[in-house]
Amino acid sequence: MSDDSRSLPVVQDEGIPGEPPEAAVSRRAFLQTVAGAGAAAALAACDVESSLRRHFKELSKEEVERLIQKVQRDHEARFGKKDWKVTARAPMPGVEFGYGLDLSRCIGCRRCVYACVRENNQSRDPQVQWIKVLEMDKVRGVDVIESDAYYEADAVPRPGKFYMPVQCHQCRHPPCTKVCPVKATWTEPDGITVVDYDWCIGCRCCMAACPYGARRFNWATPGIRAEEVNPHLAVLGNRVRPKGVVEKCTFCIQRTREGRYPACVEICPVGARKFGNLLDPKSEIRYVMENKRVFIFKEELATRPRFYYFYAT
Amino acid sequence: MHANRIAVFLRGCARLVSRGGRWYFAWLALLALMIVTGIAGYARQATHGLIATNMRDQVSWAFYIGNFTFLVGVAAAAVLLVVPAYVYAWKPIKEVVVLGEMLAVSALVMCLLFILVDTGSPQNMWHIFPLIATPNFPSSLLVWDAIVLNGYLIINVTVVAHILYKLFNGKAYDKRVVVPLVLLSIPWAVGIHTVTAFLYNGMASRPYWNASILAPRFLASAFCSGPAILLVLFQILRKTTGFPISDEAISKIAEIMSYAMFVNLFLLGAEVFKEFYSATEHSVYTRYLFFGLHGHHAIVAFAWIAVACSFLAFLLFVVPATRRNIYTLNLGCALIFAGVYIEKGIGLVIPGMTPDTLGEIYEYTPTATEWMVAAGVFGVGFLVYTLLVKIAVPILDGRFQAGMDVPLEVAPEAKPAH
Repeated sequence: MSDDSRSLPVVQDEGIPGEPPEAAVSRRAFLQTVAGAGAAAALAACDVESSLRRHFKELSKEEVERLIQKVQRDHEARFGKKDWKVTARAPMPGVEFGYGLDLSRCIGCRRCVYACVRENNQSRDPQVQWIKVLEMDKVRGVDVIESDAYYEADAVPRPGKFYMPVQCHQCRHPPCTKVCPVKATWTEPDGITVVDYDWCIGCRCCMAACPYGARRFNWATPGIRAEEVNPHLAVLGNRVRPKGVVEKCTFCIQRTREGRYPACVEICPVGARKFGNLLDPKSEIRYVMENKRVFIFKEELATRPRFYYFYAT
Repeated sequence: MHANRIAVFLRGCARLVSRGGRWYFAWLALLALMIVTGIAGYARQATHGLIATNMRDQVSWAFYIGNFTFLVGVAAAAVLLVVPAYVYAWKPIKEVVVLGEMLAVSALVMCLLFILVDTGSPQNMWHIFPLIATPNFPSSLLVWDAIVLNGYLIINVTVVAHILYKLFNGKAYDKRVVVPLVLLSIPWAVGIHTVTAFLYNGMASRPYWNASILAPRFLASAFCSGPAILLVLFQILRKTTGFPISDEAISKIAEIMSYAMFVNLFLLGAEVFKEFYSATEHSVYTRYLFFGLHGHHAIVAFAWIAVACSFLAFLLFVVPATRRNIYTLNLGCALIFAGVYIEKGIGLVIPGMTPDTLGEIYEYTPTATEWMVAAGVFGVGFLVYTLLVKIAVPILDGRFQAGMDVPLEVAPEAKPAH
């Protein structure tokens, strides 16, 4: 079992939350928790309003506004009073996001993994993470079959190893949106591939199609404690998902469309993560592309990612 | 007036299925038990989510989708039996068409149910319908599959209902309706299996599926397993209802199957050669299937059992003496059925996703819930077939028509001649 019995330790400093200790619950206790969340689950199942609304892209301004209010109501009902701020901000004109990851800098500490979980309200129980850090042998190079996502180390980087974090590559030719039978996932003009959680039927074709293992399924109702929820929500982003739908990295759409960095960029202690506007020649990501040598993961699949790996040193 | 005759027909059907012997009701009780088990399993899954299965992000399709794939093959092959029935001018051609198409209908019902139980948000299923929602056509192969499977279901239901309704009213069926539809259903049968193969084949992220040999292998294996089921059914019906099919016809089907089995093994061999001789990174999935990987061996035994079954069945069918002997013939049917069921149910889906796209190995085995739900789906499918056969056979052999009493279980004069 990889998902709930194997832990993902991270080399921690003070104040870097790893997994809460109760993440290592037994299956029985876990199922009881899920049963405890049964009321919420039943509510979600009977969410007639969500099930009957039209596709997100067909909604008028007023309907989007009503959807925003509904998302806020739903969160308030489940998690109580909080400083909720629900957004459905449109893409900024003249912006296409791009991401750079410096493999020579990454030390494999997994701070990005947990910053992402906190920012984007991923389920803690069962654990869902959008970023996977692969430990690889230096002598083998990028070889995913021999890589290890569950390395347990007292200190990183370990000798002879290098680390390759993988998350959604926000492809220009995304295989995932192509296979979706209901157009529940699509690429926005600013390059972010989003999921309409109320539209997804949960068939998981997109997960089979994604070559980067970037999509996650809500096998159960996401388990998050009220105090863990990030109240700054995007309708097509980090709002708490219902069970039975697919989710994925959105480059922190709730932040980046407001001109902020994604959480993983902000937390990286070694500055391995670069982010910016591909259309702006003065952006950091363009600087990386022009002055470093970038490479594309699985470039033979012609997905044309907006996510670039590079070696700065 | 017409509506009235349809009502008479439906009442007649209801009378046929509500009468029967002890074994008939025992069989129905067993199916009911399976269906209740399935409902209990699905209730659990609906409450907790698909976490009640052992599918996870690494292996996100598994037992349900494997069963679906296998049953598409059954649905396709059942109708393709119409071809040899025409070519060799078998006497019970009408019966072969109806029984084959009814098997296709039952298999399709199971296919659609397996897709339904596999979806995480079935309440959103209506999003795939045209006009009221947003089907991703022509881009999504799942939409194509929904269209061809439902179309195939409609064609087969129409043909079966038309023939039975006409015969019930003592008339010959309308050739202008039946012949074009039967002719259409033959390429359509190839179509449903090809589209289903493309559903996997189109995923460049999964090298194990992204091989052009996939659709031909699908068809070859379907030509093995589908007729195997019909062969056994024909014999059962011959015993219980006096269904008039000759030993010669059965042996002809077996001969055709032996060609299909050869092609199936040949294509497997071609794939195995390419994977192991070139031994690129892409061979890792086939290695996992046949030898295990990094100490993970969960499906290795199944893989070899499937190959052994398919090979033994081929030997039994290719040797004339064993294919004419009823015992070795039925053993061969059981072997090829098991071989293809394992190959499609486990050997296709699981190694496609193991290791996953980032090299992780998650060893999947179905949970009790998955077995329960699958039992329920099979229960529904068998029930549909049982009821259809119960209605069709007495109408086909003229023992039951409008205004007649429900006939005895076995018409004494209809006992097979041999």
